[in-house]
Amino acid sequence: MNRPGPMVEIEGLSSVFRSAGHEFVVHRDLSLRIEAGELLSIVGASGSGKTVLLRQILGLERPARGRVTVLGRPALQLGEPGAASRVGMLFQHGALFSAFSVLENIAFPLRELRTLPEDLVRDVALVKLQMVGLDPVQAHKMPADLSGGMVKRVALARALVMDPPLLLLDEPTAGLDPDSADDLCELLRSLHQELGLTVVMVTHDLDTIFELSTKVAVLAEQRVIACGAPREVMAVEHPFIRDFFQGERGRRAQTLLHDVPEDR
Amino acid sequence: MADTPPSIRRQSLPQGAGAVLQGQWTAAQLAEPPAWTAVQAELPALAQGRSAARVWDLRQIQRLDHTGAQLLWNSWGRRWPEELLTMPAQRTMLERVARFSVPLPAPEHRGLAHAWMLLGRKVLLVFAHLQGMLRLVGQLFLDTLRLLRAPRLGPWRDFSGHLYHIGATALPITALVGFLIGVVLAYLMAQQLRLFGADPYIVNLLGISVIRELGPVLAAILIAGRSGSTITAQIGVMRVTEELDAMRVLGIPRGYRLVLPRVLALAVAMPLISVWTTLAALLGGMISADLTMGVSPAYFVSALPDAVQASNLSLASGKSAVFGVMIALIGCHFGLRVKPNTESLGQGTTASVVVSITVVILVDAMFAVVFRNVGI
Repeated sequence: MNRPGPMVEIEGLSSVFRSAGHEFVVHRDLSLRIEAGELLSIVGASGSGKTVLLRQILGLERPARGRVTVLGRPALQLGEPGAASRVGMLFQHGALFSAFSVLENIAFPLRELRTLPEDLVRDVALVKLQMVGLDPVQAHKMPADLSGGMVKRVALARALVMDPPLLLLDEPTAGLDPDSADDLCELLRSLHQELGLTVVMVTHDLDTIFELSTKVAVLAEQRVIACGAPREVMAVEHPFIRDFFQGERGRRAQTLLHDVPEDR
Repeated sequence: MADTPPSIRRQSLPQGAGAVLQGQWTAAQLAEPPAWTAVQAELPALAQGRSAARVWDLRQIQRLDHTGAQLLWNSWGRRWPEELLTMPAQRTMLERVARFSVPLPAPEHRGLAHAWMLLGRKVLLVFAHLQGMLRLVGQLFLDTLRLLRAPRLGPWRDFSGHLYHIGATALPITALVGFLIGVVLAYLMAQQLRLFGADPYIVNLLGISVIRELGPVLAAILIAGRSGSTITAQIGVMRVTEELDAMRVLGIPRGYRLVLPRVLALAVAMPLISVWTTLAALLGGMISADLTMGVSPAYFVSALPDAVQASNLSLASGKSAVFGVMIALIGCHFGLRVKPNTESLGQGTTASVVVSITVVILVDAMFAVVFRNVGI
């Protein structure tokens, strides 16, 4: 599974939104490299373009300038058939298909391949459902009947159904109660270790950042102002970083920070 | 790394008859039809039966994912083979698949009793709709009283916005449809009237049918499809995004702010659009009559007041206003019943359009019966 080169490579990316004659520049000449096996958190103030950056990696937005390469291919080519085997995405609100049951939601990407027999697809979906910590009894429920935490778990199972090497998460713990958020963090950590996933997540939640990430990228002034291990990034002298990490909440959360083993 | 298809071959190993697996055993690769056929040709015979392999060597597999592991596990009959040679990561994956491979719990049993209950639920649903409509009408009555008591405090901004979106923006499409219907109708009538040499009666026929019936009904059906669906979708989205709950918490009466302005706007706009559609249809009919039968527009215009009594026009406007109120009420009713999920939003919008068009035609039939002595 060792691919040569980085998982994601972003070079000189500019994202610009135009509306009614206005130009709104989100990223200017942004570069970022995400190596295989990393668990990278992207942090930044609201409106600093974190989600847009994720969408660029997913090929959902078209860069105004620059290049986004995912697994050695341009990100814009991602939406092709079989995309689920390359990148998994956990959307902020789950984005489950409301017309499908939980099991059908998870099985959907596999079923769409149209070759694999139904019982195999069902078994795989059922395994994934339990891997994210849900009981098989939930399989027949509809998304409308699930709680927020369960929606995220099902969406995670769907994102992982074809075992993509790269997993993107948009605010994985937002809207969850602290217990569910801790459970989800634990789940993400174990999946990251067991499956050897590369994880990129956007989050505001300092607890999640310190608990999970091997690397942090800080987005400000339309570019990545710092990228490295959490301790290195915290040491960078910048007003946003100081406010973000050294504020009251930041210092409380730092107790969770533990040294990442070097041999990862 | 090249994408190598999964392959399996029989090989005698020191430990006995063996199966050696190679390539990428992943969902994407397995789902390629040639690869799937090739794997299916070998795998079942190797996994079970008399010529089954005793030793399984997975170490040469480039990549194994859960789908591949599940396929192997199912082929083995959900048991471990006698001897298995794997990399550590492959073994954990297989162990995980083995642990989580459980039969799917059966969905709730649905027998005859369930069908009976379902029927009952449908009947109750009809009553719930009627009750909801009744409540909406009652609320509308109270809101109208409130408006009459303090007209200056009414939701006039909403009203004018809806008037523009429901009324003004519908003018082009209603004019086009009305015009074309007028042309077609006059052409068909001309064919029949010419047989009897009754050409001038085109004015009577066209005038009475378009002004009394077709104009208002056509306009109402178009508006039901166009604005009825919009009203349901707008209010339904407000349910999905919890805006309706926010209004309630903020103490803003939704009947007064959501339903009343829409009903008022449609009650005002509908007669106007109906007249507009009627005019377009008459214009189309006039041009068609001129071209096919030589009935000049001047004669058409001068003969029209004698052919069609003015009371027809007030009847048409009156029933258009009723159509407008019905369309708005049905749109609001289904919008307020939307549940907070997207599927329910789609169902509500469809139901709203179907019901409002049906109700328009029903109400039109009632008007035709009740006012059969007026204006003819």
